[in-house]
Amino acid sequence: MLRIEGLSKQYRTGDKALAGVTLEVPQGQVMALIGPSGAGKSTLIRCINRLVEPTAGRVILGDLDITRLGSRGLRRARRRMGMIFQEYALVERLTVMENVLSGQLGYVGFWQSYFRRFPQEAVTEGFRLLERVGLEAYYDKRADELSGGQRQRVGIARALIQNPDILLVDEPTASLDPKTSRQIMRLICELCEERRLAAIINIHDVALAQMFVGRIVGLRLGAVVYDGPPDGLTPGVLTEIYGEEDWTAVRRKGKAEAEDHAHGVLTDEERMAAM
Amino acid sequence: MSTATFDARRWRPPPLIKNARLRWALGIGAAIYFAIAIGSLQVNWLRVYEGLDRGWAFVLAFTEPDFVSRWVDIRDGMVESLIMTVTSTVIGIIISVPIGLGAARNIAPLPIYLLCRGIIALSRSFQEVIIAIFFVAIFGFGPLAGVLTLSFATIGFLSKLLAEDIEALDPAQAEAIRATGARWSQLMNYGIQPQVMPRLIGLSLYRLDINFRESAVVGLVGAGGIGATLNTSFDRYEFDTSAAILISIIVIVMIAEYSSGMIRARVQ
Repeated sequence: MLRIEGLSKQYRTGDKALAGVTLEVPQGQVMALIGPSGAGKSTLIRCINRLVEPTAGRVILGDLDITRLGSRGLRRARRRMGMIFQEYALVERLTVMENVLSGQLGYVGFWQSYFRRFPQEAVTEGFRLLERVGLEAYYDKRADELSGGQRQRVGIARALIQNPDILLVDEPTASLDPKTSRQIMRLICELCEERRLAAIINIHDVALAQMFVGRIVGLRLGAVVYDGPPDGLTPGVLTEIYGEEDWTAVRRKGKAEAEDHAHGVLTDEERMAAM
Repeated sequence: MSTATFDARRWRPPPLIKNARLRWALGIGAAIYFAIAIGSLQVNWLRVYEGLDRGWAFVLAFTEPDFVSRWVDIRDGMVESLIMTVTSTVIGIIISVPIGLGAARNIAPLPIYLLCRGIIALSRSFQEVIIAIFFVAIFGFGPLAGVLTLSFATIGFLSKLLAEDIEALDPAQAEAIRATGARWSQLMNYGIQPQVMPRLIGLSLYRLDINFRESAVVGLVGAGGIGATLNTSFDRYEFDTSAAILISIIVIVMIAEYSSGMIRARVQ
C-alpha cells in the first residue's frame, strides 16, 4: 500500500537525516518506528507527506508517486494521509469541532472553510468521531481548555475525518503520562483495525510499542537496522539501534518506565519551509 | 572526589565582557563622554528664568480652561480628528495585513520578504511630522494630508509587529493544517490567523489611540484636525482655549486607553 524506495534526506546544514530507507507497509498494518533521537524518525514520516522535501528516493502510495507530484496533486495526496503529532498540534484558539473539521480542509474550498460552512456529512462524521474518541460533549470547547490526553483524542479525530488510507503518527504519547499513553496507543490501534488503516507510529517507548504493534522497524543514523516482530528485539538488536545499555528492563514487557523523551530534531525553519 | 576539595573554591558569575582591559576602557570611556556632553550643553540660566513666567501663565490657563468662546472650532476640530483617526487606522490595517504576511520570513519567499521589509523600513524611517509636511505640500492643507500621513505611519508600525508575531508563532499548529492538504489561503485562515488575531486586535487598538494623538501633532503643520485648532489658539495667545483643547485630548486618550484595555483583555 505504501512503498518507500531509497528515501534520503540531507538538510541544508549538511546533516544527513535519512540514508536510503526502503520500506513497505501493506494495507491495515500498524508499524512502529523506533530509534534514538536524531535517528531520522520524524524526518522519515514528514518525507512521506512531504512536509519535508526528500533529497532522493521515492514514496509510492497505492500507485501514486508522491515524490513527483506538483503542489495541487500533493494537496490531494495529503488528504489520504492523516497525521497525528507529538504535542497534539491543535490550533489552540479554535474550538474542538473547528480543529476536527480542519481535517476536511483538503476537500472544501476557501470560502466554505472561511465561513465554517462544512458539508453536513462532514459535520455528522465529526460528531461521530468525537463520540468514538469519547469527547462528544466537548465540541464547542476551545482546544486549549482540554487536557493532554483529550487534545490527542481531538488530534486523532482530525486525522480520521480526512478519511485517510494511512496514518502518520509522530510520537503520539511523548507528552502524556504512562496510563494515558497506553489509552491513546490502544485507541489508535483499535481505530486502525476498525478501518483497515495502515499506520506508521514513531515512538520512543520501546515497551509500549511492543505491547501494541505487530511490526517494529529500528532506525539508526537514518538507516533501517531492524525490521521484524516485537519479540525479535533482543538486547543485541536494541544495542545495535540505540547503543550499549542494560536492556533487561525493556525486555520485561509491560513495565511502564519513565523515558526521557527528547524532542524531535526538526528546527522551526524546516517545519515552516515551503509553506 | 571528596567535597573537601571544593571548600575554598570561589565562584563569581562570568562577566558580560570577558577582556578585563576592554571592560574598564568601555566603562571609563562612556563616563568621560557623558561628562563632556553635559558640559557642552550651554544653558542660559537667565533666559530660563525669564521663561518661567510664560510657563506659569500656561499652567494657570489650565486652571481656567475656556471651552466656550471657541466651542464650535474645538468641536469641529475634534470631530475632524476622530474621523481622521478612524479612517487612517482602518486604511492602515487593511494595507498592513498583506504587508505583514509578506514580511514574515517563515511564510514569505525571499523576494516578497525583502520588498515588504523595504516598505516597512521606508515607513518607519520618517517621523509623522515630516511625512505630513510632504503630503501637505502635495495635497494642500486639510485632513486628506493628515489621513494619508497617519495611514502611512500605521503601515510601518502594524506590519512590522504583525510580521514579528507571525515569525514567533507555533510552527506545529501550522504544520498540522498543512498536513491535511489545506491550500495556502486555508493555512493562513486556520493555522496562522487564530494564533495572531488577539495581538493584531490589541495592536490595532493601540495604534488607534496613537493615531488620535498624532492627529493633533500633524495638525500643527497644516494636516487638519484638532491640531490645526490648537495651533490657531497658540498663535492668538489664547492659552485658555489651548488648555481646553489639551484637556479634551487627554480625556479622549484616556477613554481610548481604558476601553482598548478592556477589549484586549476579552480577546485572549
